[in-house]
Amino acid sequence: MKIALFATCIVDAMYPSVARATVQILERLGHEVVFPAGQACCGQMHTNSGYFDAARKVAENHVHAFEAVEYDVAVAPSGSCVASVRHQHRMLAERAGDTDLAERADAVGATTYELTQLLVDVLGVTNAAEQLGSYFPHTITYHPSCHGMRLLRLGDRQLDLLKTVGGIDVVELPDADQCCGFGGTFSMKNSQVSTAMLEDKAASIRSTGASLCSGGDASCLMHIGGGLSRAGDAAGTLHLAEILASTIDSPAPAPAATDTTTGATR
Amino acid sequence: MSTTFMGMPAVRDTAGHGNLHASEPFPQAATRELGNAQLRSNLRHATHTIRDKRLKVVGELDDWEALRDAGAATKNAAMANLPALLEEFEKNFTARGGVVHWARDAEEANRIVTDLVRQTGSDEVVKVKSMATQEIGLNEHLESEGIAAFETDLAELIVQLGEDKPSHILVPAIHKNRTEVKDIFLRQMPQVDPDLTDNPPELAMAARAHLRKKFLSAQVAISGANFALADTGTLGVVESEGNGRMCLTLPDTLITVMGIEKVLPTAQDLEVFMQLLPRSSTGERMNPYTSVWTGVTEGDGPKNMHIVLIDNGRTNALADQYGRTALNCIRCSACMNVCPVYERTGGHAYGSTYPGPIGAILSPLMTGIEAEDNGSLPYASSLCGACYDACPVKINIPDILVHLRGEDVAAQHQQRKLPSEMDLLMKGAEIALSSGKVLNLMEKALPVGRLAAGRQKKIKKLPGKLAGAWTSSRDIPAPPAQSFRDWWKKEGRG
Ligand code: SF4
Repeated sequence: MKIALFATCIVDAMYPSVARATVQILERLGHEVVFPAGQACCGQMHTNSGYFDAARKVAENHVHAFEAVEYDVAVAPSGSCVASVRHQHRMLAERAGDTDLAERADAVGATTYELTQLLVDVLGVTNAAEQLGSYFPHTITYHPSCHGMRLLRLGDRQLDLLKTVGGIDVVELPDADQCCGFGGTFSMKNSQVSTAMLEDKAASIRSTGASLCSGGDASCLMHIGGGLSRAGDAAGTLHLAEILASTIDSPAPAPAATDTTTGATR
Repeated sequence: MSTTFMGMPAVRDTAGHGNLHASEPFPQAATRELGNAQLRSNLRHATHTIRDKRLKVVGELDDWEALRDAGAATKNAAMANLPALLEEFEKNFTARGGVVHWARDAEEANRIVTDLVRQTGSDEVVKVKSMATQEIGLNEHLESEGIAAFETDLAELIVQLGEDKPSHILVPAIHKNRTEVKDIFLRQMPQVDPDLTDNPPELAMAARAHLRKKFLSAQVAISGANFALADTGTLGVVESEGNGRMCLTLPDTLITVMGIEKVLPTAQDLEVFMQLLPRSSTGERMNPYTSVWTGVTEGDGPKNMHIVLIDNGRTNALADQYGRTALNCIRCSACMNVCPVYERTGGHAYGSTYPGPIGAILSPLMTGIEAEDNGSLPYASSLCGACYDACPVKINIPDILVHLRGEDVAAQHQQRKLPSEMDLLMKGAEIALSSGKVLNLMEKALPVGRLAAGRQKKIKKLPGKLAGAWTSSRDIPAPPAQSFRDWWKKEGRG
């Protein structure tokens, strides 16, 4: 299959190792990965902040960039960006009275998947150790991000896949379904409330004794990791794509040495 | 008896008034409330308990999703047909001996109720807990007119005696613990036992003794209504304690104050709503008391029956194509009980009678986004979506929040000449993010960020109010040496 990677702006600029891991996983399964060069961002931050005109321009660029290349399906290592592509692009186009864009956005949205959605539903991956050679011999916990959980209805796809990684020990996160408090510009506009939510999430992570918290959204992980780091916590965060891509020969960094700088040292 | 007939309902562009406003920006109010550790632990305990109960009883019904769909469909249809339903209700309510009054806004409603009470010659009323009267500030208005209003719902009584404001629509005293309640009773109830402890049954008995006297002497009662049935002209109140039923049956005059959106087409519709409401609100299969009354009956119950139907910004909300489903709300409070923001700040931070996720959309929809600080309310959410999942009538609160943020940005842009910090941030991001080429250029600066991060590989402080707010509690990792797209290109992959 020809798979178009939607890296998302935050992964492209801040967590390139997550996008590289995504490519590795897909190529290991024998698929061809293409990167539509015109892509930049889904526009979620603008949309959710009420800047609809700007958001529409960003969304239009996304639609255009993915129309410019040929592919079977598109994938992003981020539930919230996929939710934005699927649910918000049409709304933005409709508000501007652009029915043409609305239809094109629907077409792109219909073929865009969150990583584990693609792996499980389309590519039939149910056992990461067997099918991807995934190996990560550490104790981790897992936070399901809100958009993946509630807008995309990912269910347990992410968690179930993580559990099948070789050598891994996944411990349950108390109150896992509680929002981490990121919410894009919410964490700036209502910084104090966001911090209060983050503190509770960090306390839950701490209570598990796991040395790292994984998840499917780089932005939530940046927020959680940033809070853990400020609190001087030993635990860090790592995107699930990096854990799935980790093998015996090419391991993702061990949790204690996990560099929250996104694997920049690698 | 003279009545204050206000004419048929017409769609007027009338903003809502009364207790529907945030009087300071939400972030400011929230920060203050966050500092109250007792409040936070009371709220956490209460919301988590009721959440668990709700999940359990909702899980018992195989057809819960179908019920939610049915509830949403009935409400949507009722809202689309509101004028006709209200007329039908008026006809049937009047035919059964009731009197209908229409109020455009809070002021008009308060005036109508005051006149009605005056006509009875009484200067005291007992009240069933009512959101509509909270919304219009009826108690304060009556007091200013020399009429004493006594709340009879236990939690509402605690709030009233404590000279406080409700913090939750269903559990108004959710922010108070037992000891605080005991102290209020000792202070405010004239004949209370001075040895009163904070044992809940004892507290309940003290309240009961206090209220009993009021029930037996009151000539006038004021109630809200959970629903009105158009086909029979029936009103209904759903409650837990039975104090409401005392109000509804003992006094001679009963005045109900109700928002126009509460009308349902037929008695049959109760089948759905009486399943959705108790489960969503108190986590019970059935609420203890459901009172339903249709008109005046000789020798039984109130002799005079009035209803004041208030608009107060509801037609405004109805005119908003993206926001109108907010009027489907049946005031169950499930959304606030699951909201992580409400859980930390409590209801007072929202300023309005309607707190939590529904309040963050309903208040600005009813008053207009520019009213006082209501434009800050739609941002009081991380858009986690828990409210939408919990809502028994499937109001897509996150989508409406986003819509109202857009309204706020537009309103701000009209009022302001100089761009705000957020405007600048968004403009910069728009330029960077609407083209792969530009983003690629910007990413060339990533190594500068690495330098700024220093040896710790963390950025601990960013300039500006907004970015600085982020780094007040969170480190930012050092950026990578190279963006993904740069790596991809250097690998020769395209
Ligand atoms: S919005 Fe929905 S969940 Fe919230 S109070 Fe209204 S009916 Fe209940």
